[in-house]
Amino acid sequence: MTSLAAAEQRTATASRVIQPAWVRVMHWTNAVAIILMIMSGLQIYDASPLFNSLTFSRTVTLGGWLGGALLWHFAAMWLLMVNGLAYLVTGFVTGRFKKKLLPISPRGVISDAVAALTFRLSHDDLSKYNQVQRLLYAGIIAVGIVIVLSGLSIWKPVQFQYLTALFGGYDIARYVHFFCMSTIVAFLAIHVLLAVLVPKSLRAMIIGH
Amino acid sequence: MGRLRKLLIPGVDKKLLVRDATRLMPDLTRRRFISGGASFGALTLLTGCDVIDSDSAEEMLKKVSKFNDAVQAFIFNPHALAPTFPESAITKPFPFNAYYEVDDAPDIDGKDWKLEVSGLVENKKAWTLDELYKLPQQKQVTRHICVEGWSAIGSWTGTPLSYFLKVIGADTTAKYCWFQCADKDGYNSPLDMETALHPQTIMAFRFADEILPRAYGFPMKIRVPTKLGFKNPKYVISMEVTNDYKGGYWEDQGYNSFSGS
Ligand code: HEM
Repeated sequence: MTSLAAAEQRTATASRVIQPAWVRVMHWTNAVAIILMIMSGLQIYDASPLFNSLTFSRTVTLGGWLGGALLWHFAAMWLLMVNGLAYLVTGFVTGRFKKKLLPISPRGVISDAVAALTFRLSHDDLSKYNQVQRLLYAGIIAVGIVIVLSGLSIWKPVQFQYLTALFGGYDIARYVHFFCMSTIVAFLAIHVLLAVLVPKSLRAMIIGH
Repeated sequence: MGRLRKLLIPGVDKKLLVRDATRLMPDLTRRRFISGGASFGALTLLTGCDVIDSDSAEEMLKKVSKFNDAVQAFIFNPHALAPTFPESAITKPFPFNAYYEVDDAPDIDGKDWKLEVSGLVENKKAWTLDELYKLPQQKQVTRHICVEGWSAIGSWTGTPLSYFLKVIGADTTAKYCWFQCADKDGYNSPLDMETALHPQTIMAFRFADEILPRAYGFPMKIRVPTKLGFKNPKYVISMEVTNDYKGGYWEDQGYNSFSGS
C-alpha cells in the first residue's frame, strides 16, 4: 500500500470521512469545468450543427458567439484535463477506484437497480457505492477519457492524425465528441437527481462526512 | 474590436451591414465579444457572485488564448504532413465561405493584379500573375477544416511558399508572413514563419486543376493544410515578412491566432 493510500485510510477511520478532501476538490473542479465545456461547446456546435433540426438556445450557451465560445472552450479544457488527469492518477495510485468501483457484475447492477426503483436500496453506508453507482461512475470516467481524446483529435487532426484516424477520421470524431457530451448530460441529470434525493450523500461530497 | 467600431460609420445602411455580417458575428451593437447577456447571467448564477465580471473574464480568456498559441507552436511538427486523399474524395461542390455573399467576392482582373512584396526581403519587386505561374508548382488533395467545425476535401495546385520566400530572399528567421487581401473591408492574416515554411504551405493558383475560380480566391490563395480555413487567405494582394504581430481580420475579433490543425 502506498503512503497516500495509508494516509487516506487513517484519516478515513479517524473521522469517518466518506469523501476525502482530494475527491471533493477534484469533483467540484470537474463539475465547473464540465459545465463550462458543455455550455461553450453547444455554442460552437451551433456554428455548424451536426443535426439540421438541432440547435441550442443562447440561454444554455456560453461565449455569445463562435469566437467567444472557442475562447471559453479552449480555456476550460485545461482545467478539465489537468484536474481529470490528477483525479485518474490519484484514483489509481491510492487504490480508490479498485476499492470503490469494483467489482461490478451485471447481476449486481440489475438487482441494485431493481432495489433502487422499488425504494428498497439502503443508503446507510455512504462509504460503499452500490452496483448502479459503480457502473455509472466507472462509465462516466471512461466517457470523460473518450471525450477528451476525441476533442484532441478534432482540435489537432494533423498533429495528432493517428488519434483522429483511431476515431475514424475528423468528421466521425465530431460525432463521437458530441455523443460523449450527450451521455454526460444524461448522466448529469440522473446524478444530480439522485444526489438531491439522498441529501446526505451531497453533504458528504461537500464537507466530507 | 477597433475594426467593428470602424464598421459602424454614420450614414452606412445598418441593415446592409447586418446582412453582410454573417450569422456567426457578434451583435454589432455589442462591443464585448466574449459573452452574451443571457449566458453570462447563467454563469453568474453558477458562481453566485459577480467576481467573474466580463472584463476580467475577457482579459483572462485572451491570456489563455496567447498561452494556447505557444502550446500549439510547440506541438507543431514542421515535418508532419497533413493527410492527403484520392481525387475521388474531393467534396463537390466545394463550399464557398466568407463573411459576405459570393456576389460580393473580389472580382480581380488577372492582367492588372500584382503581388506586392515588402518587409524583411531582399527583392521587393512586385510579381505579375504570369511571372508567378512560371514558378514550380505542386498539387495537394487535403482536408480544409473550418473554425466552425465543418470540413471539405479540395485539390489545390501552386508554388510552395518556402520556395517563393527563398526566391525573394526573405529573412526566414522573421516571425511572420503577413497577408493582405482584396476582400471588402480588407481581410488580412498573419502566418507564423514555421508554418509558412511547411512543405505543404503553397501559393495556390489552381483548384481542381482549373485556374482558381473567383469564389475560391482568384488569383491567389495561400493554402495551409495545417491551419484552420480562416488562416488560408484568398484574393491575396500583398505579403509582408515581419517580426511584428500585426493582427488579422478574425484574429482581432477573438479567434485564436495560431489556429493550427
Ligand atoms: C454539478 C452537479 C453535480 C452534483 C450536484 C454532483 C454530486 C455528486 C455527489 C453527491 C457525489 C457522491 C455521491 C455518492 O455518494 O454516490 C458525486 C460523486 C461523483 N460524481 Fe458528481 N456531481 C455533479 C457533477 C458531476 C459531473 C459533471 C461529473 C462528471 C462528468 C461527476 C462525476 C462524479 C463521479 C465520477 C463521482 C464519484 C467520485 C468518486 O467516488 O471518486 N459529477 N457527485
